[in-house]
Amino acid sequence: MQSQNFVLKFQKELCETCPTYDCLTRCQYLNIDTKTAEREIRKLLNGEDSFVLHECVTCYACEEYCKRGNHPFYLITDLQEKKGILPAPKPIVKQWVNLGIPDKKDIPHFYGAEEPVISLCLFPDFVDSISGKLFQGVSIVLGRHFFCNLVYLHFGKPSLIRERLPKIIENIASHGFKEVVFFHDECYSTFTSYADAYDIKVPFRPVHLFEYLYNRLKELKDEIKPLNVRIAYQRNCSTRLTPEKEHYLDKIFELLGVERVERKYDRENALCCGGIIRALQKLELFVEVQKKNVEDMKKAKAEYCVFNCPACYSSLAERVRKEGIKPIMLHQLCKLALREEPR
Amino acid sequence: MDKIYKALAEIVGEEFVSNRKEELYIYSRDSGLSEPRFPDYVVMPRTVEEVQKIIQLANKEKIHVVPAGASLSLSGLTIPQKGGIVIDMRRMDRILELNRKGRYVVLEAGVTQGKLQAFLEENAPDLCHSLPEAPPSATVVGNLVIHGQGNLTQAYGFNSSMISGLEVVLPNGEICRIGSCSLSPYWFSIEPLPYLAGLFLGWFGTTGVITKVGLRLYPKKKLRDVELFVLEDPKLVSEVIYRVTHTEMAEDITTVAQPYPLMFQGTIMIGIYLTGDTEEELEFKRRLIWSSLSELIKAKEGGFMALTPDMKVGFLEKPMSSLTRSADILKGGGFVYCGAIIPIEKFPEALKKLFEIAERNGVTFAHTGRVIGRGHCMMFAFAYPFNRADLERMEKAKRALFDSYVATLEIGGVPWKPGAEEQKLILERMDKNSVELIKRIRELLDPNKIMNPGNWEVEL
Amino acid sequence: MSMELHRCFRCGWCKLPSDFVDYNCPSYAKFRFESFSPGGRLWLIRAWLNRELTWSENFAKILFSCVACKNCAEQCKMRFKDEIVDWITSAKSLAIEKGLAPPKVRDFLENIAKHGNPWGLPRAQRASWLDLNKFEGEEDLLYIGCECAYEERGQKMAKNVIELFKIAGLSFGTLGNEEECDGNEAYMLGELGLFQELASKNTQKFKELGVKKVITISPHAFNAMKKYPNRDFEVLHFTQLLLELIQKGKLKLSELDLTVTYHDPCFLGRHNGIYSEPRKILKSIPGLKLVEMKRNKENSFCCGGGSGNFVFDLLGGSESPARLRVREALNTGAEILAVACPICKAMFEDAVKDEASDLEVKDIAEILLRSAERI
Repeated sequence: MQSQNFVLKFQKELCETCPTYDCLTRCQYLNIDTKTAEREIRKLLNGEDSFVLHECVTCYACEEYCKRGNHPFYLITDLQEKKGILPAPKPIVKQWVNLGIPDKKDIPHFYGAEEPVISLCLFPDFVDSISGKLFQGVSIVLGRHFFCNLVYLHFGKPSLIRERLPKIIENIASHGFKEVVFFHDECYSTFTSYADAYDIKVPFRPVHLFEYLYNRLKELKDEIKPLNVRIAYQRNCSTRLTPEKEHYLDKIFELLGVERVERKYDRENALCCGGIIRALQKLELFVEVQKKNVEDMKKAKAEYCVFNCPACYSSLAERVRKEGIKPIMLHQLCKLALREEPR
Repeated sequence: MDKIYKALAEIVGEEFVSNRKEELYIYSRDSGLSEPRFPDYVVMPRTVEEVQKIIQLANKEKIHVVPAGASLSLSGLTIPQKGGIVIDMRRMDRILELNRKGRYVVLEAGVTQGKLQAFLEENAPDLCHSLPEAPPSATVVGNLVIHGQGNLTQAYGFNSSMISGLEVVLPNGEICRIGSCSLSPYWFSIEPLPYLAGLFLGWFGTTGVITKVGLRLYPKKKLRDVELFVLEDPKLVSEVIYRVTHTEMAEDITTVAQPYPLMFQGTIMIGIYLTGDTEEELEFKRRLIWSSLSELIKAKEGGFMALTPDMKVGFLEKPMSSLTRSADILKGGGFVYCGAIIPIEKFPEALKKLFEIAERNGVTFAHTGRVIGRGHCMMFAFAYPFNRADLERMEKAKRALFDSYVATLEIGGVPWKPGAEEQKLILERMDKNSVELIKRIRELLDPNKIMNPGNWEVEL
Repeated sequence: MSMELHRCFRCGWCKLPSDFVDYNCPSYAKFRFESFSPGGRLWLIRAWLNRELTWSENFAKILFSCVACKNCAEQCKMRFKDEIVDWITSAKSLAIEKGLAPPKVRDFLENIAKHGNPWGLPRAQRASWLDLNKFEGEEDLLYIGCECAYEERGQKMAKNVIELFKIAGLSFGTLGNEEECDGNEAYMLGELGLFQELASKNTQKFKELGVKKVITISPHAFNAMKKYPNRDFEVLHFTQLLLELIQKGKLKLSELDLTVTYHDPCFLGRHNGIYSEPRKILKSIPGLKLVEMKRNKENSFCCGGGSGNFVFDLLGGSESPARLRVREALNTGAEILAVACPICKAMFEDAVKDEASDLEVKDIAEILLRSAERI
């Protein structure tokens, strides 16, 4: 099957008339002043080479910083690919490309799954944790035929997303699901922001885990025992693509009786977990970013560090634990409040 | 009653000798693909004197003797090629001495890797020995006599070069000590005496039975971590190893190339282990290692892989159970490998041969390897899992294995722990005077030709 | 028999505990021939089934000296690990079916079938020593089990448990002479027909009497009853209940100046995952110091009595598992080796005598009783 040639809905004039260039000036990793930003953005708009394309850590944040609804990050990744600029070494990219190849061996086998259905993306290790009152009656789907592929934004291979995505969408739709809850934020953001930016039709309603958890917790409100702990929240990269669902998070924390500590590196100022920075081989930056982030959590006297993304958990949990802060996934925190043993 | 059986029972006690078919069956084969050959007796001595008496008996009765550890070589080295007595050494499992400041232990030949590991964990947690990726049930001496490798091999060479003393029962039944222990109560060094240890290492039990060994221990740091450097181009492997070994910051350096899981296909992973007593030490070493490879990273030719905590646990396990588990890849309880000792620059050639051999024979394959010394050479394993219940697959794996031995020799390498058949391949290619020397040494030490016949057997 | 015996690589992880301190397969530790290791045994079973080897007395010994302690399954690194014990049991089953089992094993099973106990002792003797009302709808049924009913040391253990239950004011009864063997050893020896018969007899009897909760003294009975098909009663090991009684304040404990080491029985520990309750009981006794043997919990080294070996004892001798274990207990400096199983108790008491050791073997109930009685 020949995939369609999806084109980014990008409005050049929005950038040309931008008074702030927030996308670049607010970047936490490149240190760009307004004058430089203006110059580099013009280059990008003209499809020319820019140091931004080489040094971008692919944290997605500029998508959120842009208040004019444009897609600076998608533009950057498209240009990286066009110019053959690989943010990571070739073999690393190769492994990631291999990782998502839908294999014959894992032909979709979830035809018995019934809504409500939750997709675990490529995180089989979390199957056991989708249990208890929060997830009663929920069917699980996962595997490479449900894998959103958005990760290739990090590796200068966005066309691979567009190539694989229609088949993934077709597979999900062929199961007859009208709504799918996405455990991985990146999946949700793919089927909303990314698909929309490239006019890829999604014939089901993507539901974010936050929305699901919030609704379930409301139903279970009487059984919640407030946790009364201070938590630092670790925002993940793809959440920058869909900040509109974030209000659920504060409502969840309120229901759980936890205090999301005020700290420097939360919300729009959030720092990358470091995982991708390391994958892009920037060791010093990785160490520095994690250090800044965790020290900020400590300063704010957080007892827990709550993660939404399993990949963030994987790269930051150990570091956080070493500083005496307990790392925990959001749904596991909810389980704690319901007095269920997190598995 | 059988005269030899009776004599053996008198030596070790009736409980520890057998000529019953079940024991003979089990000791007639190992977990590899070598043809079974039945022993006549299996015996389990407890002391060096008992070993001595067994050897004396064997000389008297002109019966063959095969010393065995856990029989885990996978190349049939303890299968009695010509029958006789298999001596299972594992009742001699005492750890006799720990010299902490001098960093060595003295142990009997039946001590398992696991037992020594546990002993050090308890009695000298800041010391370790060079642990091979064998199951913990393997014996320490078994690994030493075949010139095995371990996690400290990159820093200190073959495990057999870490021996600081030996006690051996010679083929004529004499007990002989080698190294400082031959003239002093201390087992600290083989050198500076005439290098007699060489008469017993790599000879697969054809020159005597090792009963005790002094083994060097090394600093064990509190923290251990691993980085995986990934390449596509096999030609760059030697460059990476050269640079990393130059830093002298790595503990173990290993290589992996395999078609599954799919993620790994087409890439080569170089496992770089680092250790430190503090986070600072560890991070210091990590930085030096990363920076030694910065040019390759910059050129986008290679990079460090992100490891999930679960993956790390698997890589840091000592020994790695995942290697044992690879025997079940085909749900069939087996794998064999040819461990080629090769110059590191031969890596691309070896890998190419591996792909060709696997394709030609229609077998699944995997490669693992380990750097020996500071890049002085490496062990390159051509590994093939097989299914023990599938004769055709076993036959194919056997052919692939044989081809790998040939390939090893063709690229100028030396096969490690070759089986009886493969030893012949080596002897055919070996310098004639060297072969003659092997022959003369064997004749001199073992005039009755009782020791593990069929191995290093020279028929000129 | 559907077995994938060929998948065993004979790598030998199964012989050891997780920290590798010593051989942890009782029959291998005793005999030391590779043929007596789990892997050797599996390869020999395969050879027997493939007709490469014929049945022999030695093979029978190899097969039936497996005590089903489950160390192999605990330590095996392969994906089929949970099937290993079943494979060995299946081979035992086949041997019994073909009439090949050694006479001692055959007698053991025949006695259970005929007399309801492995020794072939009269049924009337089962509860003759027991001074307790028969179950009449009390809250709990105390299941005594063959080892406690007929064996002097077991009887003592049962009396200790009963005494504690009385102190705690528990409402309970027993089945007296009407008690039937629990069938655990029949199950582990592969005599599944007999096991099912016993299971159904027991289940039926419990149903008739309206039993809702069964407390077993032996972990073997606990294990067997957990496997009963259509079980509609709860089953607890006595240590679970004792801990509950302590936690509810039903047993008041006084100080005991003792150093104790605890031996995990295989059918409580590895087979059923109960490690903490017995330890919590001991730690709740003021003044009592609990010290661990090197091999504990998942790594516990079996007493050698499982799968009928407490009767036919194929593992006896100077290097028997029980004697090796007693030496290990002595190394902890403990004066008491605490047990939670009547079979372990008997095995270790014999071993202590053979070793001429000062170590005292006591069941947890006895230790607890000493602490509770002083109030």
